[in-house]
Amino acid sequence: MSATAVTTRRPAAPRRARSYVVSDTLAMTWRNLLKYRRVPTLLVFSTIQPVMFVLLFAFVFGGAIVIPGVDYKNYLMPGIFVQTVVFGASQTGVALAEDLTRGMIDRFRSLPMARSAVLGGRTIGDSVRNLFVVLLMTAVGYAIGFRFQNGFANAVLAILITVAFGFAFSWISANIGLRIRDVESAQAASFIWIFPLVFASSAFVPIATMPGWLQPIAKVNPITITVNAVRSLTLGQLPAPVAKFVGLQGSTFTHVWQALAWIAGLLLVFVPLAIRGYRRAV
Amino acid sequence: MAQPPFDATTETQAASARRAAGDGAAILAEGLEKSFGKVRALDGIDLRVAPATVFGLLGPNGAGKTTAVRILTTLLQPDAGRAEVAGYDVIRDAEALRAAIGLAGQFAAVDEVLTGRENLELVGRLYHLPGEEVRRCIDDLLERFELTAAAHRTVKTYSGGMRRRLDLGASLVGRPEVLFLDEPTTGLDPRSRLGLWDVIKELVSEGTTVLLTTQYLEEADVLADRIAVIDGGRIIAEGTSDELKAHVGGELLEFRVADRDQIPVAAGELVALGSPQIDNATGRAALPAGEDGSTLLLEVVRRLDTAGVKITDLALRRPTLDDVFLALTGHAAEGQSEEEAELAGVGAARDGHGGEQT
Repeated sequence: MSATAVTTRRPAAPRRARSYVVSDTLAMTWRNLLKYRRVPTLLVFSTIQPVMFVLLFAFVFGGAIVIPGVDYKNYLMPGIFVQTVVFGASQTGVALAEDLTRGMIDRFRSLPMARSAVLGGRTIGDSVRNLFVVLLMTAVGYAIGFRFQNGFANAVLAILITVAFGFAFSWISANIGLRIRDVESAQAASFIWIFPLVFASSAFVPIATMPGWLQPIAKVNPITITVNAVRSLTLGQLPAPVAKFVGLQGSTFTHVWQALAWIAGLLLVFVPLAIRGYRRAV
Repeated sequence: MAQPPFDATTETQAASARRAAGDGAAILAEGLEKSFGKVRALDGIDLRVAPATVFGLLGPNGAGKTTAVRILTTLLQPDAGRAEVAGYDVIRDAEALRAAIGLAGQFAAVDEVLTGRENLELVGRLYHLPGEEVRRCIDDLLERFELTAAAHRTVKTYSGGMRRRLDLGASLVGRPEVLFLDEPTTGLDPRSRLGLWDVIKELVSEGTTVLLTTQYLEEADVLADRIAVIDGGRIIAEGTSDELKAHVGGELLEFRVADRDQIPVAAGELVALGSPQIDNATGRAALPAGEDGSTLLLEVVRRLDTAGVKITDLALRRPTLDDVFLALTGHAAEGQSEEEAELAGVGAARDGHGGEQT
């Protein structure tokens, strides 16, 4: 009250919060991943769904889907990988909506932490989870007869592209979660856009078998582009007519490059949007 | 990933100069305004809180308490006005400000999946404090809030009161200069409430400044050196607890006039004894009793009995927030919940200006 009262002031902002971006992001990633260690059933259930898709397509629909010259299981698994990470990425928005409604985001926003770490830790954590599930799906694939045909390096690249694509989709999902701000709505909302996107793609069936009006849409679908890149890295050399039928004409390099361009493009658009959404999420 | 421009705040020369020339207030607000769509949450708030004191922001739901706290803790930006906490401007020096404050909001913002200790460790890491110092501080906090035994259990297994205590512990990990507590004892059992009051007193004796919002006059009375009563986004009274009580006049004598037709008669008899408030619809009457309640009680009974007015539910009681409000505003302490107001305004805020950080 009196004008002479002097508080002990801290030295002016010793280090900018932004210089802690790496350690803060790691701390948040740790926090987000701990969930899977503490609640293993979460991981079990996020694994069961893709396993069911593998079984469904490999053994129920697979008999009806004939791709001459390619074992359908080898065709299917890259689609399953990408579907797995895309479905997994939808959890990013759900988790953010949960943090928002529980006041966690308020707490984080009141801390001197790097603000990017909340979103970064979430999307990276979800990508680590995705990597784990994709490796598990690889094992499931191997159990039913899937094989990487182009050697170890290409297999690693295929998995990295898959996970990177999931990372990009996590940022789309983050936008949804931050704007919808309700856990159940975020859950429902992610299903609405992810489901048609996954099925109107080359993930499970060749685009050539789809109706004429759908083909142009399916061809430019980023999921198609990514699945094709992963297939190109895992399927081995295909005879020209087969490659044309499954949409894999052209070099592996071209497919990979296109997938990477999509990933970069999605990140360029949705990272800044998510950051805006985070700043405004009050 | 390149570092995105999350926060363009810079430690300006002006800010350092202001701190150097600072007049010593730990919290300073001038003309703070904030609207959510059409809802005017803050309508020009001035605050001035001296260091190492407790300032109580007293008001009903929807009065603007939470909005004020959110602006002072950089979660929201004001539409107009300015504010400083610990010498840092809430907009220009937001980053430095955050390192100097602790916040416990209305929710228990703790992660269910982490253990109690892990929750505090996470916050400690995000304050960027040295590991050893944080560990000792956390041990101390767990002890203070009686969570040592539960420290290694996940928060999921905690009771509501334990979560609340852990949340308060989290707000103290950074050893804040200024602590913001938004309705800190809501949902606490009486014993935990007393425990928290002790912790707050201890912190203040160590030099921490505390701003707390509350709906309970008693709480503000026990803790706060100064109290501001807030209603409809405005501060309608400010002073010490004694000064505020002077508005109400100490204890209150309450009764009901059994026959509403007799209200005018009763009012006429009571005017000589003070300024009675009688609700014409219910017959409920209240009379400030000052220091000597029992004498007044006898006098009222005698006078009304002589006048033939029948009364029921006669009681002497301590003033509540409602009474302060009635005395100050003439209306009861109730209103739209602040969250509802914020949610109603979110759509508009998102389309238009929003609370964007600059």
